[in-house]
Amino acid sequence: MHHLSIRELSDGLRSKKFSSKELTQHFLKRIDRLDPQLNSLVTVTAARALRQADAADARLAKGEAGALLGIPVIQKDIFCTLGVRTSCASQMLDRFIAPYDATIVQKLDAAGMVMLGKANMDEFAMGSSNETSWYGPVKNPWDVTRVPGGSSGGSVAAVAAALAPVATATDTGGSIRQPASLTNLTGIKPTYGRVSRFGMIAFASSLDQAGVVARSAEDAAVVLREMSGFDPRDSTSVEKPVDDYVAGLSQSIKGLKIGVPKEYFAEGLAPGARALVEAAIQKFKDLGAVIKEISLPNSPLSVPTYYVVAPAEASSNLARLDGVRYGHRAEGVKSLEDLYKKSRGEGFGAEVQRRIMVGTYVLSHGYYDAYYLKAQKVRRLICDDFKAAFKDVDVILGPTATDVAFKLGTNADDPVAMYLNDIYTIAANLAGIPAMSLPCGFVDGLPVGLQLMGNYFEEGRLLNVAHQYQLATDFHKQSPKEFA
Amino acid sequence: MSLSPDQVRQVAHLARLELKNEQVEHYATQLSNILGMVDRLTAVNTDGVPVMAHPLDMVQRLRPDVVTEADQREAFQEHAPAVQDGLFLVPKVIE
Repeated sequence: MHHLSIRELSDGLRSKKFSSKELTQHFLKRIDRLDPQLNSLVTVTAARALRQADAADARLAKGEAGALLGIPVIQKDIFCTLGVRTSCASQMLDRFIAPYDATIVQKLDAAGMVMLGKANMDEFAMGSSNETSWYGPVKNPWDVTRVPGGSSGGSVAAVAAALAPVATATDTGGSIRQPASLTNLTGIKPTYGRVSRFGMIAFASSLDQAGVVARSAEDAAVVLREMSGFDPRDSTSVEKPVDDYVAGLSQSIKGLKIGVPKEYFAEGLAPGARALVEAAIQKFKDLGAVIKEISLPNSPLSVPTYYVVAPAEASSNLARLDGVRYGHRAEGVKSLEDLYKKSRGEGFGAEVQRRIMVGTYVLSHGYYDAYYLKAQKVRRLICDDFKAAFKDVDVILGPTATDVAFKLGTNADDPVAMYLNDIYTIAANLAGIPAMSLPCGFVDGLPVGLQLMGNYFEEGRLLNVAHQYQLATDFHKQSPKEFA
Repeated sequence: MSLSPDQVRQVAHLARLELKNEQVEHYATQLSNILGMVDRLTAVNTDGVPVMAHPLDMVQRLRPDVVTEADQREAFQEHAPAVQDGLFLVPKVIE
C-alpha cells in the first residue's frame, strides 16, 4: 500500500479497497516502526491525522472525488500549522504553537489531505545536509550513515522510506532539489510567487519558494496543482491562473529543445554523476528531444552572490525572533538589550548565527555598496543569462548535485565546503525560475538526480518533460531495501 | 576580507547575538572564509547593471484600506513568554 502512487491510492479509496483511516494507520505504523532510524519527523500528529482521515472517509462516502481526498501528507516544519508546534527545527521555536495555518496547509487540508506530521529540516532551512537541526540530523534511507541533503531532509527521507506518499518542502537555494537528488525523489521548486509564502517561516524572502517532493512527476503534479495559486495574504503572490499540471503530463516531447549548459559539467562534478546525467541526455535524444549546448557564463558566480543576498535577507527576517512576543526567552536578564542578546545567543544554532552575522556585516555601514548592491547587480547578470538561453531552448538540463549523498559529519566545520553543495541549484532561486530534480540512476547503490530548469511559470512543462522521461525509465521506481 | 575577533564582537552586537568568548575566534575564521569566497564578486564588471532586488518585475500590490483581519490578540499572545493586560512584558527600559 505504501508504494502506490497518489493516483493508485485515490483509486483504492474511491473503489473502497481501503479507507483513508486504514491508509493513515498504515503510514502511522510505518512511522512508528521505521522513523527512529531516520529522525525524519519532529512531530507526529496521529490524533489530528485520524480525525482528518475520518472526515475524508465521510466525504468519500458522499461520492466526493478530489484527487487528494484522503491521501496522507507530511508538512515540512517551516509551515505554520494551527494548534500544532511549528519549530523550524530551532530551539528558538521549540515550544511555538502556531496560532494560524499557512495558506498551503489550509489548501491541502481543504483538499482532504491527511497530515501525518511535521518534517525535520535544517534550522530555519539553513543547510544542505539536515545536520543543523536542533532535533538532530536526519539519515538518508539509502544509507543511514549518509545525509539526506537539506534543508528539506526530513521531507525527502520520509517519502523515500515510504513513511508518506508525498511531502511539502521549501527551496531557497536548492533545499527541495538537492535532497530529492540524494534520495531518489522527484522534487519541484516552482516559479517564485507561484505558491503562497503566507505562514511559511521566512528565511530569504526574495528567494524562498514552497514546493513538493514525491516519488514521481505525476504525484508532484497533482499536489503542486493544489498548492499553487494567488493568495492575497502574500504580497509577492502572482495573480495568474494555474495551469493544469496533470493534464499537461501526457504531451509528447518530440522536438523539445533542451539546453545543456557547459558550466554545469565543469570541474567539481563527480565522474559517476556526470556519466548518469550524460546517459539521461542520450535518453532524451532517443525520446525525440533536440539537445543544444548552451552557456550560462555567470553561473559560477551564483554561490558568492547567494551568500550575500540570502544572509542579508535572513538577518532582517530573523530580527523578529527577539524573545519578546514568541519563541525562546533567556532567563535572568537585566535589560532589554540583554534579553535580545541572550535569547538569540541561546536560541539560534551556529549556522543560523553565522548567516545572521554575514548578513548583518554585508548590510552594515561602509560595506553595503561593496557587498549587497554588488551582489544584486551580479544577480541581474545571472538572471539575464537565463533570459537569453530561453530564447533558444525550452528547458535547461544539468546535474542537481555534484555527487551522491555524503557521509554525516563530512563538512561539519567547513561552511564554505557545505555551501558549494548548492552550486547547480542556487541560480534558479536568484532568477526566480522553476526547477526540479528527478532520479537518473545510481552510483554504488546511491541515487543521482538530474535537474531541469524552465522559463517563468513553465513548471507544467518541467513536469511534462520529467513524466515523459519517467515513462521511459524506472529509476524513480527504485526504493531503499532497508525500508521496503 | 578577513574579520578579526573584535569585528566579530561588533557584528554580533549589531545582530543582538551574545557569543561566548570561545565562539568568537572560531566564528572569526569561518566568517572570514565565507567573505573570502564572496570576494570573487569584486572582480565582476557590473558597470551600468541595474540592481535586482526581486526575481519578478512586479509592483507592490495595493488593496483597499479596509480592515480584513479579525482581532486575534489573545490567540497571538497565548504563547508569548510574558504578558500582562494584553501587553508584552520586557525588562524595564525607562528608569
